[in-house]
Amino acid sequence: MTAKTLYDKLWESHVVHQEADGTALIWIDRHLVHEVTSPQAFEGLKLAGRKPWRVQSILAVPDHNVPTTDRSHGIADPVSRLQVETLDQNCADFGVTEFKMNDTRQGIVHVIGPEQGATLPGMTVVCGDSHTSTHGAFGALAHGIGTSEVEHVLATQCLVAKKSKAMLVRVEGQLQKGVTAKDIALAVIGKIGTAGGTGYAIEFAGSAIRALSMEGRMTLCNMAIEAGARAGMVAVDETTIDYVKGRPFSPTADQWNAAVAYWRTLHSDEGASFDAVIELKAEEIQPQVTWGTSPEMVVGVDGRVPDLSQAKDDVQRGDWERAYAYMGIEANMPISDIRVDKVFIGSCTNSRIEDLRAAAVVARGKKVAANVKLAMVVPGSGLVKAQAEAEGLDKVFKDAGFEWREPGCSMCLAMNADRLEPGERCASTSNRNFEGRQGQGGRTHLVSPEMAAAAAIAGHFVDVRQIV
Amino acid sequence: MQAFTTLNGLVAPLDRANVDTDAIIPKQFLKSIKRSGFGPNAFDEWRYLDHGEPGMDNSVRPLNPDFVLNQPRFQGASVLLTRENFGCGSSREHAPWALLDYGFRAIIAPSFADIFFNNCFKNGILPIRMDAAIVDELFREVAANEGYRLTIDLEKQTVTTPSGRSIAFDVDAHRKYCLLNGFDDIGLTLRHVDEIRAFEAKYRIEQPWLFNQ
Ligand code: SF4
Repeated sequence: MTAKTLYDKLWESHVVHQEADGTALIWIDRHLVHEVTSPQAFEGLKLAGRKPWRVQSILAVPDHNVPTTDRSHGIADPVSRLQVETLDQNCADFGVTEFKMNDTRQGIVHVIGPEQGATLPGMTVVCGDSHTSTHGAFGALAHGIGTSEVEHVLATQCLVAKKSKAMLVRVEGQLQKGVTAKDIALAVIGKIGTAGGTGYAIEFAGSAIRALSMEGRMTLCNMAIEAGARAGMVAVDETTIDYVKGRPFSPTADQWNAAVAYWRTLHSDEGASFDAVIELKAEEIQPQVTWGTSPEMVVGVDGRVPDLSQAKDDVQRGDWERAYAYMGIEANMPISDIRVDKVFIGSCTNSRIEDLRAAAVVARGKKVAANVKLAMVVPGSGLVKAQAEAEGLDKVFKDAGFEWREPGCSMCLAMNADRLEPGERCASTSNRNFEGRQGQGGRTHLVSPEMAAAAAIAGHFVDVRQIV
Repeated sequence: MQAFTTLNGLVAPLDRANVDTDAIIPKQFLKSIKRSGFGPNAFDEWRYLDHGEPGMDNSVRPLNPDFVLNQPRFQGASVLLTRENFGCGSSREHAPWALLDYGFRAIIAPSFADIFFNNCFKNGILPIRMDAAIVDELFREVAANEGYRLTIDLEKQTVTTPSGRSIAFDVDAHRKYCLLNGFDDIGLTLRHVDEIRAFEAKYRIEQPWLFNQ
């Protein structure tokens, strides 16, 4: 039998039908839904007189529009409120399980799925959100879909898809202290570019990946989409199985044993071949800081903003020039000279308990620098928030001068009230530094939670390896 | 979905790589629960000098004269010519909705982001991948010739320039079929309803733990 990749196994086990040109219908096990990309899909379903094929496969949560401050009076912005109410109504109409805004289980869709055990190894997971790649950390095939596809999955439990090529990103060795999964993700994107993974499903492997916690693996797979890959994944091992065990939606008793036996087969076989292989040495990865308006515009913290002579062609030179101007920085500027106005610790990339613990280690007993106008911590879910509070992390942050907020997407994309003002510069643990992403004219530098906390304390970027 | 067969359209050049979906339609407009009406806010932050919010009267907002789509010669364009990795970023289908509502029916670029590419086909927009060198030539021709139009024939899979040069392009058979006929995927998929049911029945036995919740 030929050796198979993890991706081959996940794909083949879900093919319902295949056309001659390779277009297939693949079965979807889990459909996560949020308020922004679902209203038009539910409307389409209703107009056609259809019902969800398997309503139990759906889990819904409002996350993008919810306020991160006191919610007891609802959402002030009427447009945001209508979108969340529309989700509530659609879920009620079709009998979809929803964690509403004031449910403690509410949070960012990519945080709550795994937290609830609603994401399991071997599943196909979709959501109308590009960062659905996050769930691949569990040895699942997970990708973001558009709204028409949300409606399609609702109506048919299948997705029309074509198999991607397979890329292996192998990271061997041991990360330095203070270097995280976020830095691996940014280093990979720096190496292959934001289109480097286009057309591929990426499997992350190697000893440095095996050593990551599930939180770290989720951070890494989360950013596969920033490398252009629709799906990222990591093979199942003991870390995966330990994490899944005992969660509300996880199997129990005999079914648990049968499931685990199957899950243990979810890895690439020895000798499986990939269409592309990228290798990194863990020891060489530094804490990363993006300097521009694309995640591929990234350097190590002790580096400098590159100058135009380093650009690969005219198109990139043009991009860099626009990025310097938008970001208000200059070529050759040391990264450590970049001062920040705001700090955001949160998003589906870095808002899990481990992220908050790591940031708290840096913030403990320190004070946010005077030039930092706002430093905020937004837990990924109500349960993460409760856990952090049980560990006293909220107090560490508040004592240091950070704001401690309610869970949601928040300033990752600034659809709610949390945003940057024009020209403001932010150290952010989110995943996109596009123009205007965190507010029109806002300037985003992507970093790990440790690096964000360190920047809040110092008022500019510093090498967190010298602190932890 | 609106079918796409042939198009003879004015070409607008957007000379940037990595144009992301946040640029195509900024997040504040994603709060709409409708599929239509996004056109006036396509490229909002580049197109207008003020900050746009839902509900504004876009016809009275100050236009950015430096933004290429605002130039008089590109008014009425239905073909967008752009650079690599167009549509990267989020999965928001609001991006193709905005481009379609603006009037674009075809987009030519060296490469596209996967989800965006896919979303275009679901909305009657034809995204065409073309060699970077050819895209470069097209940019030069558009710059040199006011009123530059391309003729796109999906059936024949060709793009024809005003000088009569015909350039072939690739498109998946399934996508082409749907686009030519204006078919939506759900109707097509439901033709396989028996296969889906059979798969589900078998799968329930193999992985019963997936059917508990
Ligand atoms: S946290 Fe940011 S990236 Fe993640 S789902 Fe929310 S908006 Fe999208």
